[in-house]
Amino acid sequence: MDYFRAIYLANERSPRSLQLTAEAIQLNPGNYTVWQFRRVVLEALAVDLHEELKFVDRIAGDNSKNYQIWHHRRWLAEKLGADAVTNELEFTKKIFSQDAKNYHAWSHRQWVLQALGGWEDELAYCQQLLEDDIYNNSAWNQRYFVVTRSPLLGGLAAMRESEVKYTVQAIRASPENESPWRYLRGLYKNDTQSLVEDSQAASVLLDVLTSKNSHVHALSLLLDLLCHGFEPSQELRSAIDVLTPESCSPDLALTKRISSILEHADPTRVKYWNWRKSTTPVQSAQCQNTDRLANLSMQ
Amino acid sequence: MESRRVTKTLEDQWMVERQVREIYDYFYSIPPNSQSVILELQRDKHFGYLTRGLTKLGPSFSVLDANRPWLCYWTLHSIALLGESIDAKLENDAIDFLTRCQDKDGGYGGGPGQMPHLATTYAAVNSLITLGGPKALSSINREKLYTFLLQMKDTSGGFRMHDGGEVDVRACYTAISVASILNIVDDELIHGVGNYILSCQTYEGGIAGEPGAEAHGGYTFCGLAAMILINEVNRLDLPRLIDWVVFRQGVEGGFQGRTNKLVDGCYSFWQGAVAFLIQRLNLVVREQLGLSNDLGTESADDSSDSELSAEEEHLEGTSSHVQETCPHGKEGQENASDTIKIADTGYEFINRPIAMQPLFDSLYLQQYVLLCSQMDGGFRDKPGKGRDHYHTCYCLSGLSIAQYSWTDEADSPPLPRDVFGPYSRNLLEQVHPLFNVELDRYYEARKFFSCL
Repeated sequence: MDYFRAIYLANERSPRSLQLTAEAIQLNPGNYTVWQFRRVVLEALAVDLHEELKFVDRIAGDNSKNYQIWHHRRWLAEKLGADAVTNELEFTKKIFSQDAKNYHAWSHRQWVLQALGGWEDELAYCQQLLEDDIYNNSAWNQRYFVVTRSPLLGGLAAMRESEVKYTVQAIRASPENESPWRYLRGLYKNDTQSLVEDSQAASVLLDVLTSKNSHVHALSLLLDLLCHGFEPSQELRSAIDVLTPESCSPDLALTKRISSILEHADPTRVKYWNWRKSTTPVQSAQCQNTDRLANLSMQ
Repeated sequence: MESRRVTKTLEDQWMVERQVREIYDYFYSIPPNSQSVILELQRDKHFGYLTRGLTKLGPSFSVLDANRPWLCYWTLHSIALLGESIDAKLENDAIDFLTRCQDKDGGYGGGPGQMPHLATTYAAVNSLITLGGPKALSSINREKLYTFLLQMKDTSGGFRMHDGGEVDVRACYTAISVASILNIVDDELIHGVGNYILSCQTYEGGIAGEPGAEAHGGYTFCGLAAMILINEVNRLDLPRLIDWVVFRQGVEGGFQGRTNKLVDGCYSFWQGAVAFLIQRLNLVVREQLGLSNDLGTESADDSSDSELSAEEEHLEGTSSHVQETCPHGKEGQENASDTIKIADTGYEFINRPIAMQPLFDSLYLQQYVLLCSQMDGGFRDKPGKGRDHYHTCYCLSGLSIAQYSWTDEADSPPLPRDVFGPYSRNLLEQVHPLFNVELDRYYEARKFFSCL
């Protein structure tokens, strides 16, 4: 290590330095100073970067959560350009087969797609991961990333209808799975009004609320929709009546009753639902304001 | 409807739930006095574990390690939360060690001779503030540190972790936190940071490490705290952020880091502090919800809203506190009104009256930390895992956050009913929720740096 410090301080960019950085990295792959100096040396020596990729692969083995290795990979992939796409997508896939929610690997994959391309099969890949595990929120997040950012799919507006269909199906299969509920709202980000008018959403709400499944996410969405002017059908109102605890006055506004149901159904969040009850406007004055906020954030 | 298929996420989740349920079933099966015993915070054992860790900072430290200032911070901060202190020799060793990590051009590296890095700079500065006293505080070269911070600014508006390093929300927070607590924050430093963090708020409501990535507890804390410190928190979608964070508290009582991931004791702080910060953002949240901030228009269950509006109003954009502690004022600040606006947000923030009850279950969180994370000296992620200093620091920080989440103002002790387990034994010191340093050490540092 003393040798490394000597060449680092002397800023010596030689094959010997490269060798010493390799040894220091093997001793501690978390030493970002060594990695950074290695990049300086690599550039000075014009080394074949495919060889460097093999070196990183060897180090990466047990270090899939090390920031430095991922950063180095990104630097390498950037240098290699389009050449690196297939390799990097395959590499992250291999990580996901062991740990489907590895945060660094997902960030790397997103960076590769955006910087170097390779979007062609990405939606299908998300589909496959969600088939393996519909609760994998990282895969849902990646799906959102693809749908909103892939240059091949036409953006959220073009994809929304088919995505809503897919999401609603996932909700019906497991209504207690929080991921598709959040995804559904995401599909209508900054456009809650369209969600309010979406018949697929209304219909899945009714199905879930009249089933024996967990009602928490459905009630939570319904509460938000009501705040935005959603007009519930008579059937939906009846479903809420059935769920309303006897202690609750039937004259209470629907939004307040839903909060009360949630206080019982979701005791961990009783304070949250109580707060929602106290901050939910009786009529839908809130819409305009959240839309104003949406406009602000889009600027 | 299709029948639900068992997947890896469910299997893992059920296994943890089973382990936690066993612990809780046992706990509820024993008489109250025995319950009280197993709920006790094992102060002596934790202190022993922590001081043993500190001695590793002595001369025999490994030159390879790139995380030493972190180990320093996790350990010293945990000791401070326990209300303990270390002997003078260890204290001197720690200051000397951190001084050797300080780069000649500003900032702190992961060890002597390593390049300066934002995360280790944050850890080193928080360690020195936790040590306290003129020797520790004056060892920080603020002018050069400021230059280092500026060098780490990226064109995206965010910060880079180190020269040639990665840009993410963690880097933004550590840079802003350090600048703010050392009183060297200015407009140039914060320019574009808000845009970067805003681009990381995801469709779920939480904040990700980089634009496009998944909402995550650690980054959500970093993003929210940084936005508060630069006075731009109103730009985040707070109602969605709140909805996301309250759903991260699981059936175990502890928090998970991301949707459908497993509970982990360290998120007691990252997510718990987000919920704690939210309580002090009542005015902004209400504005975003389109609610009037006048008094008495809501049929809120807690009607403790009174007197907050008037008090909070005067907080916007004023910062007379610098003058209070520093009678001569700061030269050259008279015309820099924007700078004044952000100069002391950390102080102003904790002195806001709290108009909102905690939106998470603070007692249940304490139960998880004490019964599932606590070990015979040190804390762990979850049952079945080993202890480490990182989890010890953030379990204790989260425990403190939960204990103080019902107090009405900074510096006042919690009521016994809000502290899980035996009160005097379990009550920790309070943290500053934006910097995560013990509150009295924060006050000392603020006083020290406001006059420089």
